[in-house]
Amino acid sequence: MTSLPRAITLAPQSQPRAPAASRRGARRRARREKATAWAFIAPSVLVILGLGIVPVVWSLLLSFRADDLVTPGRWVGLDNYRALAQDPNFHTAVGNTLLYSALFVPLSLLGGLALALALNRRIRFIGLYRTLLFIPFVVSAAAQGVLFSFILDPEFGAANSLLHKFGVSPQGFLTDPDQAIYLLVLISLWSGVGFCVVVYLAALQDVPRELVEAARIDGAGRWRVLRHITLPALTPVTVFLLLWQLITALQVFDLVYVTTKGGPLGSTTVIVYFVWQQAFQMFTAGYGAAAAYVLALAMLVAGVALRVVRRRQGRVVEGAFR
Amino acid sequence: MSTRPTSALKVSAGGASSRSVSPWHLLLAPLALAFALPLVWLLLSSVMTNAEINRFPPALWPDSIDLGGYRYVLGNAMFPRWFANSLIVASVAVVSNLLLGSLGGYAFARMRFAGSRVLLGLMLATMVIPFQLTMIPTFLVMKWLGLIDTLGALIVPSLVTPFAVFLFRQFFLTLPREIEEAAWIDGCSRLRVLFSIVMPLARPALATVAVLTFLTTWNDLSWPLIAINHDTQYTLQLGLTTFQGQHHARWSAVMAGNVITVLPVLVAFLLAQKTFVQSLTSSGLKG
Repeated sequence: MTSLPRAITLAPQSQPRAPAASRRGARRRARREKATAWAFIAPSVLVILGLGIVPVVWSLLLSFRADDLVTPGRWVGLDNYRALAQDPNFHTAVGNTLLYSALFVPLSLLGGLALALALNRRIRFIGLYRTLLFIPFVVSAAAQGVLFSFILDPEFGAANSLLHKFGVSPQGFLTDPDQAIYLLVLISLWSGVGFCVVVYLAALQDVPRELVEAARIDGAGRWRVLRHITLPALTPVTVFLLLWQLITALQVFDLVYVTTKGGPLGSTTVIVYFVWQQAFQMFTAGYGAAAAYVLALAMLVAGVALRVVRRRQGRVVEGAFR
Repeated sequence: MSTRPTSALKVSAGGASSRSVSPWHLLLAPLALAFALPLVWLLLSSVMTNAEINRFPPALWPDSIDLGGYRYVLGNAMFPRWFANSLIVASVAVVSNLLLGSLGGYAFARMRFAGSRVLLGLMLATMVIPFQLTMIPTFLVMKWLGLIDTLGALIVPSLVTPFAVFLFRQFFLTLPREIEEAAWIDGCSRLRVLFSIVMPLARPALATVAVLTFLTTWNDLSWPLIAINHDTQYTLQLGLTTFQGQHHARWSAVMAGNVITVLPVLVAFLLAQKTFVQSLTSSGLKG
């Protein structure tokens, strides 16, 4: 799972407590404290910064090189980026990623909201319904991919078997270039909607009850309560989910790798698949790194844009929760 | 099953009363069923015979429960080994994230040292860095450490995540200082304060980190795909996908393997549903 961007809040500076001991003792104590602190954070710093910050810079340097990960590379400046701009395969990958995101993000949010509104009531089996809608979310992309490759297998799949019963002719599904990417969106929705449902359900608890009741008394119908009270109250969560789902969508890889391997005819080659192919199959790591940088930049732009929108609304996601 | 299944997502909301049968069932029951269907099919096909799967149109319901797929997967193939590999990687990640994450989080929450703000800021910044950007250099680092094609390559990057450090720090900040102060002033070491006073209070944070670490490490495919070449070092996810490619004709065995892959997270989820859902909603939203 991707980690989330989050507001950075820093600890309030703790007040230095002056013990009754002498100044030298206090200084020694402070030094020991500092050493302890560093011992506490050293493993985290080593792993997180060593495998987080360092590779970001390294990746940038790689993207300016022609490098196959084995032999020493060669500095090529912006050539990798220039080549990307002209590479039809990269264009296809960008197009596919955008198409996938443009379908997955709004559909998962709308579906999540609709389901959360439907599930937000006290009736029998509601816990069971929620559990069933959520369970696909914990199923790994690999397992999903294997399962749906089987269900959608043109010859042995249950999907065609079912369609056969309704008199529909057999479909190619993931082997059909016109269908593959839409099916990937559907599979992602099957597993991803549950997450939006859970987040929206949590947010619905914080819609001020008094406001809803007051509106009801004033004669507002269900629809108007939803339109004027519930939805505005959910806006911060919607912005958060938009960002999260967008990041998830732009990074889709596992499902594609397991089901279609980018095919048929490149119809499901997404950006990350392109990066992986370049770096670990074609051994053009510099080129792959450049493509990864383009993706990261796109995500950064999307993130900043959403942050600006969010700030303009004068709300913070965190504010909606407790 | 009891009349009202207990749910993690218990919600106090208005709406229809629970006495009469609500019309909402007409909408929700088929929907929930549709969501469950692929997983039901997973289970059904794993106990079918290959004859049942290979005829056209394939059977939608097995005539009898055939465990041939499971026997094949557990007996001949590498599955038990892959399962063990996944278990090792995930358990080490869980334990070390709890340990190193709480150590780091405690230092950031309670201790003063030069550069702590900058370090924390940098760590938080790594949370928004997409994995694709770091995967090539991470591969090179692991190669340099001689860990490529070993479980070590899977373990080292997941030893501690910024998420764990950050979550622990946030949690510790909510605890009143007074509890620790007495012990600390009495000369108790920081380590002892952390482990005998703070940690027992941090059970929600521990559960959240444990659950999310397990879920992400168990389910990961991209990194094992890059870091592992030899099939004795595969994780379950990686093994499953290659197994599918090699045993196209043995769908029931593939599905049996799939059930085995999904089962641990499913069981973990059903056992700790409340923690699971809370950690997912809170991980991104509070903080």
